[in-house]
Amino acid sequence: MAVTELDTAADAPTKTATKKNKPRGNVRIYDHAVLVIGVLLMMGPLVVAFMTSTFDHVTIHREGMQIGFGGNFLETYKNVLYQEGGFTGEVTGLLMTQNSLILGIGFAVGKIIVSMLAAYAIVYFRFPLATFSFWVIFSTLLLPLEVRILPSYEVVQQLGMLNTYSGLIVPLIASATGTFFFRQFFKSVPNELIEAARIDGAGPVQFFWDILVPLSRTMIAAIFIIMFVVGWNQYLWPTLMTTEEGYFTLVRGIRNIMQQMIGADIPEYNEALAMAILAMLPPALVIVIFQRMFIKGLVEQEK
Amino acid sequence: MTTLRIKNAFKRYPNGAEAVKGVSVDVEDGELVVFVGPSGCGKSTLLRMVAGLEDVTDGKIELAGRVVNDLEPADRNIAMVFQNYALYPHMSVRKNLAYGLKNRGTPAEEINRKVDDAAALLQIKDFLDRKPSQLSGGQRQRVAMGRAIVRDPAIFLFDEPLSNLDAKLRNQMRLEIKKLQRNLGTAAIYVTHDQVEAMTLADRIVVLNNGQVEQIGTPHEVYSHPASTFVASFIGAPPMNLIDATLTDTGVDIDGQSLGLQSPRTGAVKLGLRPERIQITPENGGLAVDIGVVEELGAIRLIHGTLGSQDITIAQDAELPEPSGRAGISFRTDDAHFFDTSSGRRI
Repeated sequence: MAVTELDTAADAPTKTATKKNKPRGNVRIYDHAVLVIGVLLMMGPLVVAFMTSTFDHVTIHREGMQIGFGGNFLETYKNVLYQEGGFTGEVTGLLMTQNSLILGIGFAVGKIIVSMLAAYAIVYFRFPLATFSFWVIFSTLLLPLEVRILPSYEVVQQLGMLNTYSGLIVPLIASATGTFFFRQFFKSVPNELIEAARIDGAGPVQFFWDILVPLSRTMIAAIFIIMFVVGWNQYLWPTLMTTEEGYFTLVRGIRNIMQQMIGADIPEYNEALAMAILAMLPPALVIVIFQRMFIKGLVEQEK
Repeated sequence: MTTLRIKNAFKRYPNGAEAVKGVSVDVEDGELVVFVGPSGCGKSTLLRMVAGLEDVTDGKIELAGRVVNDLEPADRNIAMVFQNYALYPHMSVRKNLAYGLKNRGTPAEEINRKVDDAAALLQIKDFLDRKPSQLSGGQRQRVAMGRAIVRDPAIFLFDEPLSNLDAKLRNQMRLEIKKLQRNLGTAAIYVTHDQVEAMTLADRIVVLNNGQVEQIGTPHEVYSHPASTFVASFIGAPPMNLIDATLTDTGVDIDGQSLGLQSPRTGAVKLGLRPERIQITPENGGLAVDIGVVEELGAIRLIHGTLGSQDITIAQDAELPEPSGRAGISFRTDDAHFFDTSSGRRI
């Protein structure tokens, strides 16, 4: 008797599970309706912006945002990418894309290296004030760049790093998020693994390089993606930091185009919109391509 | 020759807690010594001190003739098998086995040869290119042992290596570990809290309690001549009955009942009786026991009863008729163990 009872008990969850998975028409329709509305809300403005960017700027100025395709797609995008513009007439869309990439990748890579090393020290080495150091690092979460922007600028300026890539990247790297993520991850790595490595003769550097880094792969990928997007989207700091147009980033370039209301000229709305679309593409692509890795890094840990 | 000599080892933590209090153990060449004891008795700490994963507060650890107190684990010529296997999850089995050798700077062809030899010995040749996550518990355990074997150590250290396996696999792996250790002829220390594992594997058992050695001896000695009430109740399942008794000139007095016996001394003692060494007498002779619950285990049955006011367990062959009500018990004088009431030591 007891056996049969156990069996039914074990079966019960499976039964409900299958019931749940059974497609039930109306519920599915509601689900999809919600999703479709969400997609429309998020993607609608983007689509309109893209469509409008294919018209010429006079039409846009006269008639506002457009739906449908104008005939200027190739011309506009070619202009945005290759036409030398700006005050000095040296900066092209391509150059700005390159700058944005340098900022995004440099920021993400730099941040991962610094925060991994910091977390490694905090988790695995017993040094005086280790916990204190961690909380000091952690408390910088309360001090984002915007809060300390004046002193940061002062420091960078006095170091002569205005209008350099390092000046652009390094001050942004200093924040606790990455350190915090890696600390939590390292803490979840079983102690026995370290002991096994010690018995296998791995020193601190080897342990870090041979074991911890490969174990953190998915974590690194996830943080890289987040940080790349954050770096790419930086606006305030690059605006302050870079006065030479050769260092302008895409996000900043959009504003530049809109500012060109010189004389009777109509701003190049189409190019500004095209640039906005271009500026959005790389982060979106990164997320789409690395989506699986990203989610894996955040939710599961390979151990 | 002695492979390992632990001399009066102490482990004291900064907060003053003492995990190991003056333990001395020798492990002879090719011998498998099992450290057994309840959790918190210091057995794992002692093993980790030998491995070099814990500092030795006081005392000496001598491995293959040299003092290794201050050597790094990698320089001690030991190999350890962990409870959770501790395989490197991102490396293939082959790389897992080779990692330690690689770090030692062993030439590549020698590494390959050793890994292949170990893999053949452990029958893991087919999995060499797999990741640990693709292996079952038993296979992972083999890989963990392979990693120990390729190092060709002076001593193997096993830290409860079977406790993550299911009961059936555990019995099988237990046998394999013993065979393997015999074949390799390498000394080994095996830590477990499972007294069955200890009895079956050990050449010698070290029973630890509260950071101290209770008894060192062969499984037979520990079972048949327990040095203290602790050992008596820890080794053997079901545990030995420990009954308050008074020894007189003529025999033993238990709660008003007496039995003729040659006794080593007079006064209050703990009388130790193995459940499997007590007989139910046919004619209610001997001591009278009130039978309580009876458990059938197939080959034997366990009879729980009371002797006077004290609980007693008797293991009886299941073929014999089941007693009920009140039954008489007797035992051979040789099977009676006497322990001091205050110190718990054997008399």
